[in-house]
Amino acid sequence: MPADPSILISEACERHGSSPEALLQVLREIQEVQHCISAEAAQQVAAALGQPLGRVLGVAGFYAFLSTTPAGRYRVLFSDNITDRMLGNMDLLAALCEKLWVERGRVSEDGLVSVDTTSCTGLCDQGPAILVNGWAIPNVTGDRLGLIAELILAKVPVENWPPELMAVQDNIRRRDILLNHGLAPGDALRSAMGRDCEPGSPVEAAANERSWREGIPSGALCAPMATLEEIKRSNLRGRGGAGFTTGLKWEACRNATGPDRYVVCNADEGEPGTFKDRVLLSRHADLVFEGMTVAAHAIGARKGFLYLRGEYRFLLAPLNAVLARRRSENLLGLSILGQAGFDFDIEIHLGAGAYVCGEESALIESLEGKRGIPRNRPPYPVTHGYLQRPTVVNNVETFCAAALIAKHGGDWYRGIGTEKSAGTKLLSVSGDCARPGIYEYPFGTPVCQILADCGAENTQAVQISGPSGVCIAADEFDRRIAFEDLPTAGAFTVFDHSRDMFEVARNYTHFFAHESCGFCTPCRVGTAMLRNTMDKIASGHGTPCDLREIERLDKVLQMSAHCGLGHTACNPTLDTVKRFRPAYERRLKSLEFEPAFDLDGALARARQMTGRDDAGAHLSTEVSE
Amino acid sequence: MTDTFLLDGEAVPFAPGQTVVQAALAAGRYIPHLCYHPEFRPHGSCKVCTVKANGRNATGCTLPAQAGLEVESETEELRALRKTLVQMLFAEGNHFCPSCEQSGNCVLQALGYDLGVMTAGFRHFFPDRPVDASHPDILLDANRCILCELCMRASREVDGKDVFAFSGRGIDKRLIVNAPSGRLADTNAALGDKAMDVCPVGAIIRKRVGFAVPIGERRYDKSPISEQALADAPRPSEHNGGGA
Ligand code: SF4
Ligand code: SF4
Ligand code: FES
Repeated sequence: MPADPSILISEACERHGSSPEALLQVLREIQEVQHCISAEAAQQVAAALGQPLGRVLGVAGFYAFLSTTPAGRYRVLFSDNITDRMLGNMDLLAALCEKLWVERGRVSEDGLVSVDTTSCTGLCDQGPAILVNGWAIPNVTGDRLGLIAELILAKVPVENWPPELMAVQDNIRRRDILLNHGLAPGDALRSAMGRDCEPGSPVEAAANERSWREGIPSGALCAPMATLEEIKRSNLRGRGGAGFTTGLKWEACRNATGPDRYVVCNADEGEPGTFKDRVLLSRHADLVFEGMTVAAHAIGARKGFLYLRGEYRFLLAPLNAVLARRRSENLLGLSILGQAGFDFDIEIHLGAGAYVCGEESALIESLEGKRGIPRNRPPYPVTHGYLQRPTVVNNVETFCAAALIAKHGGDWYRGIGTEKSAGTKLLSVSGDCARPGIYEYPFGTPVCQILADCGAENTQAVQISGPSGVCIAADEFDRRIAFEDLPTAGAFTVFDHSRDMFEVARNYTHFFAHESCGFCTPCRVGTAMLRNTMDKIASGHGTPCDLREIERLDKVLQMSAHCGLGHTACNPTLDTVKRFRPAYERRLKSLEFEPAFDLDGALARARQMTGRDDAGAHLSTEVSE
Repeated sequence: MTDTFLLDGEAVPFAPGQTVVQAALAAGRYIPHLCYHPEFRPHGSCKVCTVKANGRNATGCTLPAQAGLEVESETEELRALRKTLVQMLFAEGNHFCPSCEQSGNCVLQALGYDLGVMTAGFRHFFPDRPVDASHPDILLDANRCILCELCMRASREVDGKDVFAFSGRGIDKRLIVNAPSGRLADTNAALGDKAMDVCPVGAIIRKRVGFAVPIGERRYDKSPISEQALADAPRPSEHNGGGA
């Protein structure tokens, strides 16, 4: 670190091209070194990037990993997904606070350390997990926390902590065509570039009408169109959850008019319980980048971005190394594999803690260095994406599948899976099972088979596709993973009969309230109301009235929220009320109305100040158990 | 030749580039709205203008008008939705209408009357938001800010100043100003700015003029917002529909 912070800042701005789009990347780097975006730093960045200060502060205030007041020099964040909870993260958090003599959510007096929670960090198969200054540490136990506390007190830089603390496992349990792909770097790309179309075919005509890079000598024209045809023929649908047909998306982008086109890989895997993209990026980065390059070839893009969630900071250096190697192998860069005019390169952008950026238009805003607010649509990213240029945004797994299709062809791919769901799906299995980890199945696999394979016993419920998906009970375990039945972005979270499904739903409502971007009224206010109502029920003050209020909130969110976050925020609650009603009813007071105000709770501050917590310092409140 | 779409069963003509709300207003049909303002680019955040278009819900202020579109607006369901959204905004901030200078001139309040908001409907959040009285001529009371972004749009698009911005997210989202001190007095805000004019509620208040017009004789005391919005609406003759 340069001694003078202003030099650090100007270097960071220059390294990122001193454009407005650099804002988030620059702020993230400043935060990493200075643990804060100070007013001075913000002003300097604003001046260097030619942005109003208010915008810089607005971005700094949007992302969870940035802070405008000093965070501790060691910022410890406990992943707070329901699976981390089930593994005891809250007790561990309390223990660490005690060891370090800090209060949760506050910075210690000497500015050394702060301890708090964060949304799911994508290590559910090896939780409880924490982030220390952005670096992931899985499998936290009392012993490991003891060591961590010592390292912090001894002020050892996180980069120098014992590597075994930071070792993240891949836990691949079942492989199919993707995880067993056997491709060497460049294989898929060579197939794509060598693919020909029949002379006189419509494909050839279309290719000549509009090449992937106008002005390429004929002969090279056919391959991109032919590959696009294979992607369309494969019936590949996006693996990020929504399931839009990939071939149509690429085609729309290719056909859009505009000077530049972009390929964006969405690696902002934020859905609680999902971690398959993490494993693909650590094990199969070449395949991911190859898929992006195939897309660039097909649509005619020169530039690509991998948008990596901040929680996967630890993958940044290895991924950059893969990119560098691919450049040296001429799989990226100018005249890729010797084809004049085929220029493409990939840059990695790191997020800074915002689930909503997984929504493709919010992700694009974030790539542009802004607050991650989903855009109004139309227009769609395929025509007006990054910098208002035609842009293809696909999930990590989608690009891997596209690379396989480029190699083996569309018919091959389409033959796997079900009619409406071609191919395989990676599942991130976690929760109550003997073998959590990554499982790859052909679409159409029933839930009960997955439960058997992962060693789940006595299963009460499975949350499919995380909180924004569905929660199913035992009588539905013959349902299948497929777009026709249970569509999923990948999370598969198992709960056995010892779990309280009310608490599961409550955890998810906290997640949504924390991650709402706050753009639209229904979601900004509604998710906070939902969270408060679930807390009211948890504290024993709930009534049937509150359940009706949740239904009312759901209606409002469904009808008017701006994006999927708001639309799905009430799902976990409604799903569990429907299937596990007793978990709610035993908490409800039978009265019609009960105020949320808690008389005894109001005295908590007085108890804290007087240091008294005996029975006489409490008003009696009966909590129905 | 003008194209038309159907609004609650009646044909509404529109010009290319107009949104559903713009075309409706120009044709003398009111769709309740809050963050939309004819002089600024539609924003689509308050969701009060939500309509059902060909069976799907959409924000009327951002939805491009299209020939043949069937739009429902004055239905029981949508009225109930709008009412709930207004109640949510009341619950989110601290709106003590009787003590607010903007009373009678306030769009939120007027919408509340129009939509028949008679009760709070939700538990209030009672947020702790500071008042910024630092500027000699302007008072910022964030307690009443409904995060409509109109001041930001006006400051950027008309005044060329960027005085206002948002920070935080979710329920913690809040208005900030463009000064290292965080105080309005340390920005280049001026009384004559468009931004000081557009706030639909009592969050941006000009000092010393509060009761120049007495309560009871104010804008929405005279006739409901639905009528006034139509009276103000740009008509095709004088306005070509604004930018979408
Ligand atoms: S639904 Fe929520 S997350 Fe989506 S735009 Fe609205 S406030 Fe933001
Ligand atoms: S201050 Fe007024 S104009 Fe600005 S966002 Fe708040 S309510 Fe809207
Ligand atoms: S007026 Fe359309 S969303 Fe606010």
